Amino acid sequence: MPEILTTTFLVSVLTAAIRAGTPLFFAAVGEIIAERSGVLNLGLEGLMIIGALSGFMVGSTTGNPWLGLLAAMGAAGLLSLLHAFLCIHLRGDQVISGIMLVLLGLGLSSFIGETLVGRTTQGFQPLNIPILSRLPILGPVLFQHNILVYLALGLAFLSWAFLFKTRWGLEVIAVGESPEAADTLGIPVQALRYICVLLGGMLAGVGGAFLSLAYTRMWVDQMTAGRGWIALALVIFSAWLPQRALLGAYFFGGIEGLQLRLQAAGIGVSYHILQMMPYVATILVLLFSTRREVRQRMGAPEALLKPYIRGERI
Amino acid sequence: MGLKVLVPVAVVLLALGAGMIPLLATGNDPVVAYIALFQGALGSKHGITETLVKAIPLLLTGLAVSFPLQARFWNIGAEGQLYLGAIAATWVALTLTPFPAFILLPLVVLSGFLAGALWGLIPALLKTRFQVNEIILTLMMNYIAINWSNYLVHGPLKDPKGFNFPVTAVFPEAAWLPRLPGTRLHAGIILAVMMMSFIYFILRKTRLGYEIKVVGANPQTARYAGMDLTKILLLVTILGGGMAGLAGVGEVAGLQHRLRKDISPGYGYTAIPIALLGKGHPLGVGLSALLFAALFVGGSNMQQTTKVPVALISIIQALVVLFVVAGEALLGRLSEARGPLQVRRGDPTSPSYDARRTAD
Amino acid sequence: MNTIFVEMKDIVKRFPGVLANDQVDFTIWRGEIQGLLGENGAGKTTLMNVLYGLYQPDGGEIYFEGRKVQIRTPRDAIRLGIGMVHQHFMLIPRLTVAENILLGLKSPREPFLTIEGAEERILHLSTEYGLKVNPRARIWELSVGEQQRVEILKALYRNTKLLILDEPTAVLTPREVEKLFEALNRMKKQGYAIVFITHKLKEVKEITDRVTVLRNGKVVSTLVTEETTESQLARLMVGREVSFQISRPVVPKGQRVLEVQDLWVLNDKGLDAVKKVSFSIQEGEIFGIAGVSGNGQKELIEALVGLRKVEGGRIWIREKDLTNAPPQKILEQGVGYIPEDRLKVGLATRLSVAENLILKRYRDPELSKGGLFRPEKIKSYAKGLIDRFDIKTPSLDTPASKLSGGNLQKLVLAREISQEPRLLLAAQPTRGLDVGATEYIQAKLLEQKQKGTAILLVSEDLDEVLNLSDRIAVMYEGQMVGIVSAEEADRQKIGLMMAGG
Repeated sequence: MPEILTTTFLVSVLTAAIRAGTPLFFAAVGEIIAERSGVLNLGLEGLMIIGALSGFMVGSTTGNPWLGLLAAMGAAGLLSLLHAFLCIHLRGDQVISGIMLVLLGLGLSSFIGETLVGRTTQGFQPLNIPILSRLPILGPVLFQHNILVYLALGLAFLSWAFLFKTRWGLEVIAVGESPEAADTLGIPVQALRYICVLLGGMLAGVGGAFLSLAYTRMWVDQMTAGRGWIALALVIFSAWLPQRALLGAYFFGGIEGLQLRLQAAGIGVSYHILQMMPYVATILVLLFSTRREVRQRMGAPEALLKPYIRGERI
Repeated sequence: MGLKVLVPVAVVLLALGAGMIPLLATGNDPVVAYIALFQGALGSKHGITETLVKAIPLLLTGLAVSFPLQARFWNIGAEGQLYLGAIAATWVALTLTPFPAFILLPLVVLSGFLAGALWGLIPALLKTRFQVNEIILTLMMNYIAINWSNYLVHGPLKDPKGFNFPVTAVFPEAAWLPRLPGTRLHAGIILAVMMMSFIYFILRKTRLGYEIKVVGANPQTARYAGMDLTKILLLVTILGGGMAGLAGVGEVAGLQHRLRKDISPGYGYTAIPIALLGKGHPLGVGLSALLFAALFVGGSNMQQTTKVPVALISIIQALVVLFVVAGEALLGRLSEARGPLQVRRGDPTSPSYDARRTAD
Repeated sequence: MNTIFVEMKDIVKRFPGVLANDQVDFTIWRGEIQGLLGENGAGKTTLMNVLYGLYQPDGGEIYFEGRKVQIRTPRDAIRLGIGMVHQHFMLIPRLTVAENILLGLKSPREPFLTIEGAEERILHLSTEYGLKVNPRARIWELSVGEQQRVEILKALYRNTKLLILDEPTAVLTPREVEKLFEALNRMKKQGYAIVFITHKLKEVKEITDRVTVLRNGKVVSTLVTEETTESQLARLMVGREVSFQISRPVVPKGQRVLEVQDLWVLNDKGLDAVKKVSFSIQEGEIFGIAGVSGNGQKELIEALVGLRKVEGGRIWIREKDLTNAPPQKILEQGVGYIPEDRLKVGLATRLSVAENLILKRYRDPELSKGGLFRPEKIKSYAKGLIDRFDIKTPSLDTPASKLSGGNLQKLVLAREISQEPRLLLAAQPTRGLDVGATEYIQAKLLEQKQKGTAILLVSEDLDEVLNLSDRIAVMYEGQMVGIVSAEEADRQKIGLMMAGG
């Protein structure tokens, strides 16, 4: 029992939280941008696994994880464009198209990934930030991660600034709230939506690549293990705010890390019960946010899931 | 009627055709692979019965998605409802062990149905009372159900004689669904076909079915005609969830005779393309379920004989969904462009008049 | 002194089946407020949508300060300095006033927003023109009047020189209207040009300098407001033509079927749409309500059918108090309803013709017993209706979506009338139909009247109301401003009442 109260335990859980939470964050923040523009992409699980696969494939073959990252962004981006085309241009059902992406992504990655099983790669190694990494507690928790973790932090700031401090961010939010209003002001609704979905897809790809190039640095079939769904939950949990998504991601990621370490310490809290927690937490948030005042502040973009058609220029 | 059959067939053929692309890309011979696929499913008695075995949960979950869809309600939670059905059935079977079959078996089936129905009812209730977004809610509940089931097989219900595998104890024989001797084909198929006919009956011949269709076609009109939308929504989700629960019952009481980890390889999600292909007709759903079952079974054979990964089947499934969605969307746009019923949506300043006489 | 600002010449705009603008000439001067007057469907909004770049004209040209210009999108219009405030506000509830106003504009510190600077400028503008509003407030917190001010400020902020307002007073209280007019006058003094679309004569007289009257897509006249009277304007708006008279049978009146007393109903925005309306209709009588759409007619009928809440007053149908009763109870009393938007409320287009026909009777024991349908009975019932009402359809099972507008309306009519209703509520029953279908529907309505059905007819088509009704009422701004018998009804007088005179 006293074992869990040591700093070692705390440190390892927090470190794990950040590591495990980072891929969730990438996918979630991308989806936040897409949903802010009014398009729901349920296919995160499929996009992440495709990102993991292509990132690993290119990264391990070329020996350059950065190229792998680019490949992940490209492949996941391409798939998300398919979703964008179906939903924005053809005005197809966003829910079904998203589920289709999951099936397609999982299927393609299993299919192609057969040949990669067992391979390992250098990938993104953890860095040791000079001086800072030697601080007690904070050192290992904050300053010994691979570079993508720090990129995630930068991304959190950037996406917050983008959405709330720039003109483009305002337009994206407007498009997701009321495309008609945005249209009458000359804002290109469809184009913005395409871009946001594409961005969301690419970021999901980065999240997946993190798994195969930084987290485990090998390819395992179906290695996303449901993280795409957790990322979707995270979007809601964070009320479509990138800063909250970062903290929420670490929280959800921490659950993963917590269980392993609790078990190692001899405390039998079931992995599966803990696995449920992100979903339960999200449902609680969902229920809480249905009250009108809360909905106004924290609710989903009004035009989410509704394709936009202007009368004249179809 | 002709078009209704033609379109799904075309979609399937397209998907199979497009499925050749990844095959060719990885240097496989598509013809050989597809032959192995069909042989595996239909080329032997074993294959055919296995296909039927796989069709049971697919048909039940397919109906679980297709039926509420008639009332314009997407049941994405079929997977979770299946798991709940499996959990309930397992609990009853393992707790009420001493009971004889004629009591235990119906209880097992009933408990599975009710559990699934409950799991489907909760999101519907929350939607009608609190306007919660049912899509996210049902998705979340799926994963809660799956994790709950996995928790049980790893923990409280783990078989003490199971060598630490994540399985429960074997059910007492009184809780086993009877099988066709020599095969794994269990009585679940009777349940499935019964439900298919029952749903057909409801939709075609009853007032309730009519009301469901009107609600699905135009909720405003339904309200005008005095229909109780809430009641209808709750009814379809109860039935839908119950059917998915039955799928779970079939898997544990009919096929595995115990609950194990990941009892469903995603039947609840495969149910979506099945429901889409079936176009709301229970028989259509049945045929689609058979088709997908054949793909599953044939796929394993294909993997064994030609080394083509069975993941190809997932790809083909996804392609079916893709083509259905694209097809419906394209057809929708085509009929928008012509035809006398041009509805202006999204136009902020649409003229409030249509054609007018210019007789003055 | 006043220079020509924008000139629209020979504008033609067609929609399928409609000639919305028929060679319209429209000139706007600087420093004036010009009214654009006409009934619904006269083409006013369409014309301004063309000017604002939401529609592309099929013919004609636009000149801006003497230069010919092409306005292809709202962005082009905005660039030229044209701003438009629509009937339905184009605001984003979740964002603040300042954010809504800034939306779409390039920022001085691209790409970063400069909210503080904007807020200052907004406050400045709002004081200058008397359009008080808090830049930091979120739109959903504001009243309708305040929201409209935001819309106007949106235009002013963009250095608009020409402001188009589409029926701006429809959603305002009298006090807010006053304030709006003050603001407009101030803007006019600063040299703005304002186009004021309306159907209300009082407003034209009060605020405009000149007024152009449109009817059926054509310009009837452009006048200086001071030199005209309300009745002259009404006459121009509504026309003097003798329309074809339908011989209307006289039927001895019977009991009161519908009685409405002091009815108050709200619209979707929570404002009063029906204000203290009272009237009654007897058996065998057609009671017509004339008036421009948007004056409460829709809300009135929805309240009568049970699809909208009654806030005050009572409704009696056949002596029973059915105020706020659910639709089913109301229909049970023998009420038929032909909705204004037949696609949205009257039909289920995915379902077959037969399935639509039985919508009101599917619970009858004749058609369904014990929850089960009797397919033969349904078939014969449906076939009977199709024959009786001459509904052209390939088969009983054809999806309703495949029928033409006229046949769809016949379907709705058949379904409602075949019930032998005691009270028939008909909202815009011939809107969108060709001549043949229109004549058919009108004949059927007269037929029902002879059978003793009481009919409430709401129509924008003044001719239709005048021809069919025994008594005519006019609704204006939610009130019933006059009930006259057919003999006394005078086209000009009614037109005047419709426009608030």
